[in-house]
Amino acid sequence: MATLHARSAARLMMAPAVVLLLGWMLVPLVMTLYFSFKRYLPLRGGDLGWTGFDNYVRFVTSSSFWPSVQATLIIVGGVLLITVVLGVLLALLLDQPMWGQGIVRILVIAPFFVMPTVSALVWKNMFMDPVNGLFAHLWKFFGLAPLEWLSQASLFSIILIVSWQWLPFATLILLTAIQSLDREQLEAGEIDGAPPLARFRHIILPHLGQAITIVILIQTIFLLSIFAEIFVTTQGSFGTRTLTYLIFQRVLESQNVGLGSAGGVYAIILANIVALFLMRIVGKNLDT
Amino acid sequence: MARAVKNKQKIINTVAAWGIGLLIFFPVLWTILTSFKTEAQAIADPPVFLFFDWTLENYAIVQERSDYMRYLWNSVIIAGVSTLVGIVVAVPAAWSMAFVPSKRTKDVLLWMLSTKMLPAVGVLYPIYLIFIQLGLLDTRTGLVIVMMLINLPIIVWMLYTYFREIPGEILEAARMDGASLRDEILYVLTPMAVPGIASTILLNFILAWNEAFWTLNLTAAKAGPLTAFIASYSSPEGLFYAKLSAASTMAIAPILILGWFSQKQLVRGLTFGAVK
Repeated sequence: MATLHARSAARLMMAPAVVLLLGWMLVPLVMTLYFSFKRYLPLRGGDLGWTGFDNYVRFVTSSSFWPSVQATLIIVGGVLLITVVLGVLLALLLDQPMWGQGIVRILVIAPFFVMPTVSALVWKNMFMDPVNGLFAHLWKFFGLAPLEWLSQASLFSIILIVSWQWLPFATLILLTAIQSLDREQLEAGEIDGAPPLARFRHIILPHLGQAITIVILIQTIFLLSIFAEIFVTTQGSFGTRTLTYLIFQRVLESQNVGLGSAGGVYAIILANIVALFLMRIVGKNLDT
Repeated sequence: MARAVKNKQKIINTVAAWGIGLLIFFPVLWTILTSFKTEAQAIADPPVFLFFDWTLENYAIVQERSDYMRYLWNSVIIAGVSTLVGIVVAVPAAWSMAFVPSKRTKDVLLWMLSTKMLPAVGVLYPIYLIFIQLGLLDTRTGLVIVMMLINLPIIVWMLYTYFREIPGEILEAARMDGASLRDEILYVLTPMAVPGIASTILLNFILAWNEAFWTLNLTAAKAGPLTAFIASYSSPEGLFYAKLSAASTMAIAPILILGWFSQKQLVRGLTFGAVK
């Protein structure tokens, strides 16, 4: 009796959260699907009827689609590569004995707490500006011509800004994972005379495997939808129009809602493929 | 001998780590320093690092010229209220899942996580349309609702992982001692749950404060928080580095300070308990 009572009480306690999230997921999702099958231009005639899969075909055959996929992949791939590699190295370093470890951790973690619009604007103006930016001064100091970062090396610049924001996240998670490593195992390796590189390859790296996977999956999900960093720097020009930014432009700037919604559905499918892998790992972890 | 080697290694570690740490922190430091310069010093060639006439005038100008206080207040309200409402909704849910788990608990948790993965841009127009219909565009209420919903999965998850660490035996012991359900919740569970709830509030306040997709797309002058305020500096006129820096410093300072207290929670909250 008591357990039955407890169980229905439990269900009642969960209800608000479940109902809210269900509404938050289903209502917009159904609307996006609905619009994606319509020719819908709010500023130019409004609802012009059903078009079947026309929007889906038009979205992927438009000339801006493949470049946007390419830009997305380069940005996500570049940031992942930089943050994971540097994150592992930095986590290894921070795990070593040193003076002032707590302060160094604070310095390293700081960029993660800087809001995206601030970091994008600071980088854009105070570092990458071709006249007054610090990089320009640095380049001139070495006798080089200053670069116009955000137009001449636009993708690289975005990758640099976003990597700066996400390196702390990767480092912190990898550091947490390293610190949970069995010290005795490492010391045993040391006593057995295994050189540092071998210890890293055979003891540390396998241990970090899961943490690295999680860093990659979570970052991918967030990186696929970076927006502010592009919005306040290049506005999608110079080849930095990602899939997210393309959809944003279709929906809000050119107000072609049908087309944008079809793009939205593609984005949702893409994100869900990544999410599926993440959920499997997280789900496995729940059982233990 | 071994001790000397160890000390030498420690010095190398320290120098390397401090160097890299300062390099990573440098953009923040540079922003803070620039905020105390005059506009002319801010773009001086070569750049001046520490030896300039420190001034507070940028802070004064930013505050009086652009209604900084209104944006700040919007940020506080949006991040604060959405977090608190989220907690009120999430505590009972996380509680029941942690203490009265059923066969479906795991599926519910994973499903909640999956709603967090929904790319915002995919549902931008529907939300935009609903906001227009309900008169929520450019209102704090609207953003509080959206912010609460996008962070709710993380709040539930974090609380769940904290609650699961509270041993069930303590509850039984309290019950054996004749504690009523009310006593049990008030005197046994609440004190043990408070640290977890506090950490969750902290992290989600930070996430909501820095959120920059919905805040940029659903607000204008009236309900815009600091993310939108800063974005308005993206098409500048005239000299503005020092003012941009002052505005940026004011926007990030509270969160930097809060953030330094929440490093541990960050890992737990953003990896959904998969890395501890």
